[in-house]
Amino acid sequence: MQTLLRTPLYERHVALGARLVPFAGWEMPVQYEGVISEHLAVRRDAGVFDVSHMGELEVEGPRARELLQSLVSNDLDRIGPGQAQYTLLTNEHGGIVDDLIVYERDPQRFLLIVNASNREADFEWLRERELRGSEVRDVSDASALLAVQGPRVIERLGLPAAPAFTFAPGAIDGVECVVNRTGYTGEEGVELLVSAESAGELWDRVLERGAVPCGLGARDTLRLEVCYPLHGNDIDQETDAISAGLGWVCALDKEFTGADELRRIKDAGPERRLVAFVMEEAGIPRQGMAIAEGGEVTSGSHSPMLARGIGMGYVPADFAQPGSELTIDVRGRPRRARVVRKPIYARDGEES
Amino acid sequence: MAAAENYPDELRYHREHDWARIENGEAVFGITWFAQDALGELVHFEAPEEGATLTRDQPYAEVESVKAVSDVIAPLSGEVLEVNAAVVDAPETVNEDPYGAGWLVRVRLSDPGEADSLMDVEAYKQHLAEA
Repeated sequence: MQTLLRTPLYERHVALGARLVPFAGWEMPVQYEGVISEHLAVRRDAGVFDVSHMGELEVEGPRARELLQSLVSNDLDRIGPGQAQYTLLTNEHGGIVDDLIVYERDPQRFLLIVNASNREADFEWLRERELRGSEVRDVSDASALLAVQGPRVIERLGLPAAPAFTFAPGAIDGVECVVNRTGYTGEEGVELLVSAESAGELWDRVLERGAVPCGLGARDTLRLEVCYPLHGNDIDQETDAISAGLGWVCALDKEFTGADELRRIKDAGPERRLVAFVMEEAGIPRQGMAIAEGGEVTSGSHSPMLARGIGMGYVPADFAQPGSELTIDVRGRPRRARVVRKPIYARDGEES
Repeated sequence: MAAAENYPDELRYHREHDWARIENGEAVFGITWFAQDALGELVHFEAPEEGATLTRDQPYAEVESVKAVSDVIAPLSGEVLEVNAAVVDAPETVNEDPYGAGWLVRVRLSDPGEADSLMDVEAYKQHLAEA
């Protein structure tokens, strides 16, 4: 028997009539009203996601920065206190242990918000490499995280404007939280880091201000439309960051785990690349489906904004150019698709 | 907008949550309110061809929502006379009206006697209660 973990907001999800499913060992809402209506609420107005299952790891001390710089792909010298950065934990092969956001609280105190599925693995990865003068702590259980996303979020929550990838202490109707200007949907919005004890109250206030409750189903269709990778689908320990199209997140002039291999792959040119594609015939691509040109689908779904199937997958470099025709094996039926530039969906209505 | 839960009296039901409306040696098939609710809003209907032979208890089509794909099971055997093009174009019609505009196929029955193996509405509701 395996018990699923529950976030502090579980009872509220039940009361809202959410359909709950297992995800990364947690019992999470996949939808409330419906995936498509929730997706549209985020694109048009404001939606709120309980992402408290994600992991929060603190890395602190005089050598915390040094430790992180040696392990993450991006360059922490590009940020300062109050700023955040999307980055990768890479292994010796340039493979991706996790993708995450690092928040610099001050030059000796960093917070890493990591995928729920990799929380323990990331903690061990950092702990095994801890330097004297750096300390790694898993503070996930004390924290909850609400992602509030959509073009009307800042207005509805009464927040001041602030640049993307910054963060600051704040409050929503008296509930204290850290307001992170980050998100996984391609829309404006925030991720609110709050104590587990105050999570319920914050959720209630956010709903009162008109955000629609949204589940993991919509979270997946939203991120896929803007081609944000999902670890475990599009990227994992076996996929190198260059082939995955994440070279832009790698400071290759810095020394970090796997940098040598990534430089080699970049110079030689990757043999396979992670591309985005749209279906040109009816059918929904799904993870694991074969691509006849020599690859496989890593993520796929119906796109509410494009009203057709969309996906990402690895193909041989020769087929990675936008406009390339692909053939997806949709449960035994070959269906045509076309490689497009990322993102598949952009807010101003432009499609690749 | 999904329909409210309902199961019409005049239909016959299959345990895999498909319904049949039988009239003069022909039948129309669809999926029940329970099936569309379990799947969520449909985004794709993979239909059989006109003229295809359907066999009772065997899958003849697929319906797909954002999160799940499901085989549609033939309640009775027969030959496909017509596929509902409106559902092919707008699969969410099944969620809005699973027994009316959301019908899937019309068939000529090859063995009308098979209808005896289907459930009436009370038996189907009982089946749902036991699930």
